[in-house]
Amino acid sequence: MYGKKVKLRLLFLSFIFLIVALSVFFILKSLEENVVYFISPTEIKNLSEIDNKKRIRVGGMVKEKTVKLSQNEINFIITDFKNEINVTYSGAIPNLFSEGKGVVAEGYLNDRSFFNAKKILAKHDENYMPPEVKEALEINK
Amino acid sequence: MLKNFEPNKIFSITSKAPKYVLFIFIIIISIGLIEALIISPEDYIQSHSVRIMYVHVPSAWIALGTFSIIAILSFVIIIFKNKSFVLIAKSLAPSGLVFNIIALVTGSIWGKPTWGTWWAWDARITSMLILALFYIIYILAWRIYDSREKVNRITSLIAILGAINVPIIKYSVDWWSTLHQPASISIFSKTSIHTSMMIPLTLMTAAFALFSILIFLMKYNTELIKIKNKGLDRL
Repeated sequence: MYGKKVKLRLLFLSFIFLIVALSVFFILKSLEENVVYFISPTEIKNLSEIDNKKRIRVGGMVKEKTVKLSQNEINFIITDFKNEINVTYSGAIPNLFSEGKGVVAEGYLNDRSFFNAKKILAKHDENYMPPEVKEALEINK
Repeated sequence: MLKNFEPNKIFSITSKAPKYVLFIFIIIISIGLIEALIISPEDYIQSHSVRIMYVHVPSAWIALGTFSIIAILSFVIIIFKNKSFVLIAKSLAPSGLVFNIIALVTGSIWGKPTWGTWWAWDARITSMLILALFYIIYILAWRIYDSREKVNRITSLIAILGAINVPIIKYSVDWWSTLHQPASISIFSKTSIHTSMMIPLTLMTAAFALFSILIFLMKYNTELIKIKNKGLDRL
């Protein structure tokens, strides 16, 4: 139905597209460690060795009732519901930081269960609703 | 498929269209802005900064959608040597780039009060920045090359290769852990945005889509006039 030239161009273009797409795939695959923005407490637990000079980010939920404020320090536990890690931080915290919400802490590992944060980012989830709806949901729980 | 077309005939339609599009756009953006800024409720956790979403999300959708359309047109241009799509693809790019930049800037403004940072090199944000770079390269390529055959081929190739980035943007939040939240709206599952917030989001998306159609038509008409002035009655 189409000429030979059209078929040839289609073949050539698909070939280029496939090669570039594959290269992008392999590059992203091999750089996975850098593409992920944060790692979970479980992944920290499974690390073969810990490098406490390397700046890393840990993400998860702030465990309920674990946030402790002292004079110039804040302590809390980040959990992914399988494993957890203790975090110490001193500095400004974002408005959305609260118990039971997502958080990303950037800093250095002391060991597998203690993390010294230099920066705290709050993570927002995909839920958007007015306060009244949230209250109704809480009551129905 | 349309191999050739007469600029005069097309122009007689597209030169009248902008005023109607502008009219509908003004109506929808007015209702949309009232909904987004006044009627819609504040969010239970981020309070009023949720209103940034009504600009941010539609802009990002349109930037992505426009690039996908350009890529599909470019595919037809290269394979079937279709010349009538060339001007359409070329005229779509500027509004796509503008909405891409709006998405990045509003995202940054939203990120500071919510996340606590203006910028994060996470997968979603970085891939969106790469899309903006592809838009810029695409637009620049149109200016750099003079030979018509060559410029058609090069710009189309840029758009097709840039299309690889589109699914990466879409699924970046699912494939990797990112600071950016995952999608709230999906065809297969329940949307996690409350109805009172979906109304302004839908209206603003419609308004922005109309606006990009408007910019597209104006750019398209300019390109047609350029061709007429060159004395070419066929592309």
